[in-house]
Amino acid sequence: MSFQFTVSPDFTPDHLSGWYIFNTWLQKQTGLAIHLEMYNDFHSQRSAIQANHVDLIYANPFDAAMLVRERGFLPLVKAEGASDEALIVVNAANPVIDVAELQSGTRVAFTEDPDVRLMGMIMLEPADLDNGNIVPISADNYVLVAKQLLKNQADVGIFLAEAYDDLSAMIKSQLKVLVRSQISVIHHALMIGPKLQDQREDIQNLLMSMSADEKGQGVLKNLGFSSWQIVDDEEMEFMIDLMDTLNT
Amino acid sequence: MIADMKVEDIVGDYQEVSLQLYGSITRKILYTQIETSYPDGKLIVSTTDPAGIITHVNRSFVEMSGYREDELLGAPHSILRHPDMPPVAFKDLWDTVQRGEKWQGFVKNLRKDGGFYWVKATVIPNVRAGKVVGFTSVRRKPSRTKVDECSKLYPTLF
Ligand SMILES: Cc1cc2nc3c(=O)[nH]c(=O)nc-3n(C[C@H](O)[C@H](O)[C@H](O)COP(=O)(O)O)c2cc1C
Repeated sequence: MSFQFTVSPDFTPDHLSGWYIFNTWLQKQTGLAIHLEMYNDFHSQRSAIQANHVDLIYANPFDAAMLVRERGFLPLVKAEGASDEALIVVNAANPVIDVAELQSGTRVAFTEDPDVRLMGMIMLEPADLDNGNIVPISADNYVLVAKQLLKNQADVGIFLAEAYDDLSAMIKSQLKVLVRSQISVIHHALMIGPKLQDQREDIQNLLMSMSADEKGQGVLKNLGFSSWQIVDDEEMEFMIDLMDTLNT
Repeated sequence: MIADMKVEDIVGDYQEVSLQLYGSITRKILYTQIETSYPDGKLIVSTTDPAGIITHVNRSFVEMSGYREDELLGAPHSILRHPDMPPVAFKDLWDTVQRGEKWQGFVKNLRKDGGFYWVKATVIPNVRAGKVVGFTSVRRKPSRTKVDECSKLYPTLF
């Protein structure tokens, strides 16, 4: 029997090889045949989940409710100390200093990352902006969101905080952050599907001991963090409830 | 239990009123006209048991309410009840979440120091293994337009 592993399409391109290395490590440690399948976008990944093709997923928080409540997934771990935060950014030359000053018809650039977009839209609500009165501009990645702002083709950009922080100093010097979210309880998580659930504890133990050996440390480094942290069922349920309140 | 508000906690000129809370308890409320604006980018989160007793608060909740965490845990959520909020709003909140649905509305909350802050609140039932084990409220920053609308509307709902 072989299992399919997939990663939320919003992973940082720098970490693509890291996920393949992680998958090789996981197969060796568990003795399971696990195939890593990378989908190009959330839409095709969700279709694969609906078709029960996915057994293990590094999931975007936006998809957690569907995975747990409709597909019987359970949480394993998250990157230690990590949370997804969003930023509202404008061109540095824009006189706006408070989100509340933005007007209906504002051109808002974002990527398809569903959790970041949701958090970003919530931070635009103080200006009475919503999906019905903004001009949406979708971009393939955050560098392109920044370019839209620099070329004045968008008024506001919604960024994943990490992605914004990784932009070059040159680009950042031409931009201005209006708001940075401080939510701290919304995060990606590695989750396990029904077919693998009898291995949940074993896999969790393996993942938790990764940071204790040199080989495991190297694998984690390629993913961009230094250790995993257990996500228990209640933490996941709480995050799902929270996303549910935001999704209205 | 909810204690009366204490004069020594209040900042600024205040008015006094008595509120019937929780069906029977009477609480002496001291309140001022001083508004604390909602912090950008933050969510104020709390969870209650099925009866509305607070079981969890996040840091933003503590900061905005002015109470210590240990004063909030175990207290009825009406510890934040502001006299300008019409009772029908909370009746609608409870009726909605007890039907298992999501409630959303704009709420003027009372701080420990007598001041107030407006929030846009969403309350949902926490369903675990098919049972409602409590309720969670997540508040975000409301727009000024919405707050102005509610400030005009709410006095007409008493
Ligand atoms: C999860 C949850 C959060 C609540 N948050 C508030 C709040 O922030 N402010 C408030 O006045 N009432 C809040 N309520 C409603 C109170 O329980 C209460 O109904 C209200 O303060 C009116 O008081 P009374 O029911 O004792 O008359 C909340 C209820 C729930 C279930």
